[in-house]
Formats: sequence, structure tokens, C-alpha cells
Amino acid sequence: MMTRAKSWLYTTIRHFLSIHKISDASSRYIILRRNITLIMLFVTIVPLTVMGAINHFQYQESLKNEVIEPLRVLLNKTRHSFHLFLEERLSMIRFISSAYTFEQLSDPATLNRLYRVLKNEFEGFVDIGLINGKGLQIGYAGPYSLENKDYSQQAWFQEVLIRDSFISEVFMGYGKVPHIAIAVQRVEHDGTYWMLRATIDTNKFDEIISTMEIDAKSDAFIVNREGLFQTHSRYYGDVLGKSPFEILQGAYETTIDETVDPLGREVIVAYASFEKPNFSLVVVKPKDIILRTWITLQGEMFFIFFASVFVIIMIVIKLSDVMVMNIKEAEERRENAIHELEQNQKLSAIGRLAAGVAHEINNPLAIINEKAGLMKDLVTYSPDFEKKQRFLDLLTSIINSVGRCKTITHRLLGFARHKEPRLEPLDINHLVQEVVGFVNKEMVYRNIDLRTEFAEDLPRVLADQGQVQQVFLNILSNALSAVHDNGRVSITSWEEDKRNVGVSIQDNGSGMTEKTIQRIFDPFFTTKKAGGTGLGLFITYGIVKKLGGDIKVHSRENEGSTFTIYLPKVNGETDKEKAE
Amino acid sequence: MDEIKVLLVDDEEEFVKTLAERIEMRNLGSDIAYNGEQALKVVKDEVPDVMILDLKMPGIDGMEVLRRVKKAYPDVQVIMLTGHGSDKDENEARQLGAYDYLQKPADIDKIVSTIKNAYKNKVQKSIMAATFAEAGEFDTAREMMKENGEKKKSVKSE
Repeated sequence: MMTRAKSWLYTTIRHFLSIHKISDASSRYIILRRNITLIMLFVTIVPLTVMGAINHFQYQESLKNEVIEPLRVLLNKTRHSFHLFLEERLSMIRFISSAYTFEQLSDPATLNRLYRVLKNEFEGFVDIGLINGKGLQIGYAGPYSLENKDYSQQAWFQEVLIRDSFISEVFMGYGKVPHIAIAVQRVEHDGTYWMLRATIDTNKFDEIISTMEIDAKSDAFIVNREGLFQTHSRYYGDVLGKSPFEILQGAYETTIDETVDPLGREVIVAYASFEKPNFSLVVVKPKDIILRTWITLQGEMFFIFFASVFVIIMIVIKLSDVMVMNIKEAEERRENAIHELEQNQKLSAIGRLAAGVAHEINNPLAIINEKAGLMKDLVTYSPDFEKKQRFLDLLTSIINSVGRCKTITHRLLGFARHKEPRLEPLDINHLVQEVVGFVNKEMVYRNIDLRTEFAEDLPRVLADQGQVQQVFLNILSNALSAVHDNGRVSITSWEEDKRNVGVSIQDNGSGMTEKTIQRIFDPFFTTKKAGGTGLGLFITYGIVKKLGGDIKVHSRENEGSTFTIYLPKVNGETDKEKAE
Repeated sequence: MDEIKVLLVDDEEEFVKTLAERIEMRNLGSDIAYNGEQALKVVKDEVPDVMILDLKMPGIDGMEVLRRVKKAYPDVQVIMLTGHGSDKDENEARQLGAYDYLQKPADIDKIVSTIKNAYKNKVQKSIMAATFAEAGEFDTAREMMKENGEKKKSVKSE
């Protein structure tokens, strides 16, 4: 099962990348471009993405630490301040209970004096009371009259009995001011015990919290074990209100949670618990404030990432376009060059072969010629006999046929003999007009519309007059055979480039098939029903090439053909090449 | 014109025999050689007035025969008649002093008229040379005989 899936995957990839040859050229280039694009995109974007992701997470991590660490320090410091504050008050009360006897404190004057000192020297003391073993407040100094109040049934009283000291949670005292109470127990040698209790207002708590310098959108407060506010909260309620956050009790290490607050903000909640009393100090910070730098950075990074991905894609597409285009052009050029080379080689091979054959045929042809000639001589000088005239006619026919063969072999040899052309500056327009003169009679007779468009001031070409005339005559004759009566032939001349002058002869005749075009320069190839030797274009091609020019054909069946001939200019660049 | 002695040199027996017969029918005396060695031997025995010479032959080829004959007997008029040959061969032959260069198959009348012209040319040169010789200008006469072919060629090409 696994192997089958594997081979299927392999085949699919192979098929997708089309590694095997595809015959259709255009789809081959499309696939090539697609593959290059994909591979380039893959090798550029994948590492970029991986790097970006790694960066992203690392930045996130380190930024978070950088933001959260100060928070942790602040929380610890503040908790410590609270601790100190409470411990200080507690030890003050403890000191008084040790320094004074029950009797001394029972004296209201002493208690009042102590109360005044405490109020002046220590912030936050609201009142102080002396409570006997039965829970009755027998002495009190403070703004309210709470003498003889019975505390024996209250929870804190029981707790002091067990633990010697006590710090209460916040409660609303008389006058609706939040307070906490602290109490210590004193046991005498005779076993009796008494307590000293003081109330402290919690303004100082708010002061301590304000020293944390929390920004406007954040919040800091203290909650008790039940999650009730012990200090005022900016956003989540007043003292003794219920906190919306879940605080884990006994978390003496700083704990950090991420959650959503009742206002719908994403917040980070950092808290640390006290040992005594059972409070937790809480700081709530909206995430966007903490991570503002991070979010900005993240945004920039995302922008850079997507911008570079976009640029990469653009460049890759453009680049693969250019690459494939270059490859395509190079291949086309190569194919053309190979084609031209093949054509040249074919023609020169055929030329050599034809010349060889012509040479070999010339000798037997000469024998036939002499034998037939001798026979004719003999018949001529012999006295009249029956059928003498018939013999003479037959021999003349043989000699004429030999003459035709001779024409062919001599033309072939003429092509192959590489007669050096006599180069001279020629006015192509004038020359073409002369050639047109040769066939003018036929054109008038067949009512053929000849249109000429000669470029003025055409540079002169360097060529052999007779040969060039032969070239144009050949092509013009072909054009005339191709057009029907009343047809049209156009001759145009122009300056092609620095080196060449171009002349085109266009007809609206029968045109040629692709197959015919490929063979028209071959010797003995002819489409004429009778009388064509098939050597005209073969020789034309040879001449044009020998003169350093070029010949191109464009043709479409039933639409006509265009032959374009390029010949080198006088003082053109070809001249220099020749001199070298 | 019976006195023109023509030597035909060609390895193509059928051709050369027939050609000889036709030339004789046109009142020109002809001799035949089938290869280069034979031709040189014949020339040694009896110097011809005009020689019709094929280029491509086994053994000593036409070009070599032309070279040797022209060296030994400058006043022999040599007409090349060949089925092979290029411009290069033609130029070389004319350089070596060939009177004319014809391509096979050639018309018999053309051959005959060329032979006659060649003979006329030879006779004229000899007469002129003789005139110079009689006048005591042997150098000019000798030169005239020697450069015969080349002068002919330059006249032709113009």
C-alpha cells in the first residue's frame, strides 16, 4: 500500500514537472517556465518564511520577558511594602502590650496618651482598645465611644486566643470608612490574659499602590481569600466588591495569567499572595499596552515579509519569463542556423554530384554526337537511296537531343565551376528595370499588372551584372508562370540595413505548399509541367550566395509567393570582411 | 588545305576514331594517339601543325602533354577538347600556351573552324618571324614564336 502510494506520488511529480520529453514546443516552454518559476519561488520563499517564523517566535518570547520581568519585580516590591507596613503596626501594638501592664492601660489617661502618640507618630491608627479575657472592651481611646463592647463572640477574638496576634480583613467600620483591625494577646504569670486591639484605616494601602505608578489603562488592587476587593479598583469595583479574576490562593511566587476582563479587553493579570493576612496583590494590564512595541514590530515584520514575498514573486516571474524567452530565442536561432547549414551543405553536395555526373555524361555524349554526326556526313555524301531523307531527319533529331543534353550539362557545370564573378557597383533599380524589359512583351500580352516601388537614392550594390540579371530574370519568370492572366506582380526595392539592399518580387499567383518551399532550391526540382529543367532557382541560389547575399522565400498556397533577395552594398561591411 | 596535319589525342577510342574520320572527310590530315606517351612519341616522329588534346587521360595527362609539347615545339597549336575541366584548368591551359579551350560535346564545324584558325595563326606567326629573321632580328623572331600562345590568350580575353 505504501509503495503504491509512493510510486503514484513519484509519477505525479514527474508528470507535473514533465521531465520526459514533450514534443509540442510551445507547451514545452510553458512547462519549462512554470518549473523554473516554481523552483525559484520554492528556494527563495521557503527559507524566508522559516526565518521569519523563527524570528517571530523568538522576538515574541524575548519581548514578553522584557515586559513581564519588571512587573514581577514591582509586584514583589509592593507586596514587601505592605508587609512592612502591617508588621510595623503589629509590632507597635505588641510593644505597647509588653511595655505596659494591664493596670496601667486600664487607666484611661494612659490609654489616651498612648493613642495620641500613636496617631501622631504612626499613620493610619484610628483607635485603640483594651479587652479583658472575657472579650469585654474595658478601655478605649478613639473617635467613637465603644467602651464595654463585647467581642467574645467574634471570630477574630477566638483566633487571637489561638495565635497570639491577628490582622483582620478589610471591613467597613463606623463611619463607613474601610478599616482593618490588628490585635495582640498578652498572658500574665497567673494565667489570666488580656488583649490590645487597634483599628487602622486603609488609606495607606491606596498610597502604597499609588507608588506603583500604574498607567491609566491598568489597574492594581488587593483581594482577599474570597476574591473581595480590599482596596479600591479603578475599573472593576469598590472595596469589598467581588473581583472578576480568578486568583489562585497561596501563590507566593508571582503568577501571570492571560485573560479577558469584563470590559472586553485582553489583559495580563499578575498577582502574588501575602502570607499574613491572606491577601493577594493583583496588577491588571491590558495586553496592547504591554505588547505595543511587539505589535508594532510584528506589523512591520509582516509588512516587510509580504512586501519581499511580493517583490520576489514579481522578480521570479519576470526572470523566468526572460530566461525562457532567451532559451526559446537561442533554440530558434540554432534551429535556423542548422537548417541553413543543412540547406547549404545539401546544395553544395548536390552541386558537386551534379557536376560530377555532367562531366561523366559529357564523354559518352560526345561519342553519340560524333557517331551521329559521322552517320549524317556519310548519308549526306552518299548517292540518293530509299528513305535517305528519313535517315537525315532521324540523325538531326539525335543531334538536337544531344544538344539539349549539352545545354543541361553545361549549365550544371557553369554552376559548379565557380566562375569568379566580376564585381562592379550596380544600380539595382536600373538593372531590375532592364530585366523587366526582357519580359515586358509577355506581361502586356497577358495583361499582367506590374507595380514597381523603387527606393530613391538606393545605395549601389557590388555584384556581377550578368549574374544579377540572371537571378532577377529567373525569379521574375517564375512569378510570371505562377500568376494567372490579369494577375499582379510587385517589385519593391529598399535599403535593408548597413550591409544590404533588399529587393522583393511578389506575385498573387498559385503560391507553394510548405513541402514545395523546402525543395525549390534543389536541382532538377520543378513544378512546371513541361520544359522546366529545375535548375533556375538552384543556380539563382548559388549565385546569390556566391555574391555574399541571401535569398528568402515566403509563400502561401493560392495566395502567392514573395522572393526577397539581399545583396551587399558597395563599401558595406561585407567589403571589409572580404579584405581581411 | 590538305597540308594541315592534325593530331587527335584522346583515350576515348570510339570518340577519337569517329572524330578523325569526320575531320578527314573535311579534307584535313589526321593522326591519332590514345594516350599521353603515344602522343609525345607521335609528335617526336612527325611534328603536327595542330593538336586536339583531351585533358583527362591515364598516365601522362593532357596538361602535362601540353606543357612538354609547347616546350619542345612552341609553334605547335594545341586545342584543348575536354568533358571535364574547370575555369582553373582553362586558365592553366591558356597560360601554358593552348590556342583554345573547347568543351565536349562540340560541334564538328566549330572544331574544324578552330583548327583552321589555329593553323592560320601559326602560319602568320612563322611568316612574321621569318620576316624578322630575314631582317636579322632573330631575338624578336624567337620571342614571337615563344610567346605565341600567351599573346593569343591576352587578345582573346579582351
